[in-house]
Amino acid sequence: MGERIIELRDIKKSYGQVYALGGVNLSVDRGEVVGLIGDNGAGKSTLIKILSGVVKPTSGEILVRGKAVSGWSAARSREAGIETVFQDRALAVQQTIVRNIFMGRELTGFMGWLKVGKEIEEASRLMREIGFTSKVFTPHSIVGQLSGGERQGVAIARAIYKQAELIILDEPTTALSLTETAKVFHFVRQVRASGRSILFIGHNIHHVFDIADRFVVLDRGKVALTADRSEVKSADDLIDFMEDIAHPDGLPGLHEDAEQRAQ
Amino acid sequence: MSKAMEPDLQTPLGRASDQIKDWSHPSDNWLRGFILDNRASLGTLAVFIVMMAVFMIANPTVFTTWYLYSSVLTTLPVALFVVVPLVFVVTCGEIDLSFPATMGFASWVFAIVVQAGYDPFLGIAAALVTGTLLGFLVGSLVVYGGLSSLIATLGMNFLLRGLIQIINEGKSTALTGLADSPAYKIFSSQFFGIPVQIFWAIAFVVFSALLYNRHRFGAQVKVVGDNPDSARQMGIDVKRVRVKVFVFTGIGAAIAGTFSVMINFTWWPTAGDGYLLPVLASVFVGGTPTWGGIGTVVGGAIGAVTVSFIQTGVVAAGLSGFYVQFFNGLIIILSLLGHKWNQARYR
Repeated sequence: MGERIIELRDIKKSYGQVYALGGVNLSVDRGEVVGLIGDNGAGKSTLIKILSGVVKPTSGEILVRGKAVSGWSAARSREAGIETVFQDRALAVQQTIVRNIFMGRELTGFMGWLKVGKEIEEASRLMREIGFTSKVFTPHSIVGQLSGGERQGVAIARAIYKQAELIILDEPTTALSLTETAKVFHFVRQVRASGRSILFIGHNIHHVFDIADRFVVLDRGKVALTADRSEVKSADDLIDFMEDIAHPDGLPGLHEDAEQRAQ
Repeated sequence: MSKAMEPDLQTPLGRASDQIKDWSHPSDNWLRGFILDNRASLGTLAVFIVMMAVFMIANPTVFTTWYLYSSVLTTLPVALFVVVPLVFVVTCGEIDLSFPATMGFASWVFAIVVQAGYDPFLGIAAALVTGTLLGFLVGSLVVYGGLSSLIATLGMNFLLRGLIQIINEGKSTALTGLADSPAYKIFSSQFFGIPVQIFWAIAFVVFSALLYNRHRFGAQVKVVGDNPDSARQMGIDVKRVRVKVFVFTGIGAAIAGTFSVMINFTWWPTAGDGYLLPVLASVFVGGTPTWGGIGTVVGGAIGAVTVSFIQTGVVAAGLSGFYVQFFNGLIIILSLLGHKWNQARYR
């Protein structure tokens, strides 16, 4: 594995008396896709907010490329090349793909006039880089006409334009069909091939299993499991494990259900 | 389940050979692309052409005389200078109903400066400064005060108009020396029988259309109107952009007010009042939807031409003035129905 992009050491976050995160260790290397799995309330969104600098941890250490960073903030997070892609709200759907990619960072020349040709060229390059090309749409297409998976592609292209080294995808496939999920996976593979890293967050193990190189299972504010792809035989292995930590005493019939579903 | 039914998960966007390397517009020929990109303004143009055809059939003699067009071309520019900035305001997801009072206020400052014996150019500069400041005041009130722009600008319209009336006690100001000034010749005389203000108005429309489609300001106005949360997340100062569109309207209203005074050689305390409803109608007849994010400057300008011709046309076609309002309403409703059909709203 390559360079370590970011490392969280013993991150704790408490809201008053309540611990949202109780000592989390997490790292992402260059060119790696890490799948972060956790149930609702496991602390996923708190972890995303800490990574993007919106929320400051109560205690713990954050290392960027091996160096400890003091005064972690949204600006520091951006400097480190971390971009979060939220599933909703991220795109202006009545605008073209170009306008969304360059939102807030328009390519301008004299007196703020847009360099339209250069924007198209740059947008085409970015879209080609993540394999986001089609006969059906062009950089001029309106985002509202694209499918859910293709919209994720626009958001990923924008993150890459912002020089992102690590792209955090927050539940990118939760509301998507199988075909649309395949599109998102296609983009993620291209991004990995270009040497960037992805933190892929989801609560559905099947969604994360096919794409991640490494799995991190979060449970009630703690990392319950870290496993390489090679260590996990199938998605059902992970599901069994998740069920074990969710119901340590065991629920009669639950495992049989899962096995039946797998068959 | 047959193989063909299964989704292609390895190459979900099609085989690499299917993917085109260099993009062009999806339409094969430029004409289709042009029509797709400009369908709102082209629709407005179609409404205008049909309306004029009806008028011409109703009264061919009047509609082939130049006088009719000359009178429209004299008053139309005043409307254009406020319709165009309002397209920006509506695209940004706001509305500004205070522009009639800003027109009156800025042109009042112009009248004061000219009457005091200063050069009209100085008066124009003073009017522009007044319009900018009033636009900034209205915009800040709405944006930083967190008020509804519909109600707050309506209130500002009454407030400013009331202020003008209180101070002037309803008296108008005649500007007799204006006709001999160089400023009048440049901005308000005739050029081969064509009122020159229409050239200034066309230049303003072209500049604004470029600002809307080819400038960072226009791009950010559209994004803020479309999805303010996303714009904020991407580092756009959403409040600043919103204030700017009100400032732009203030500047446009100042130009419009000054032009209306130069046409009449007189400033009235009610200057600008009659423009509220026709100007708003022009924006929406032009094809800018009410929900923000998209719009068309050129369409708005064509909408203003349409609305200007309704009044002149109805009377010239031989109908009594009582029909004007009816036709105004008819055109607005028909235009909205037409635009509803060709504007898809994406979410």
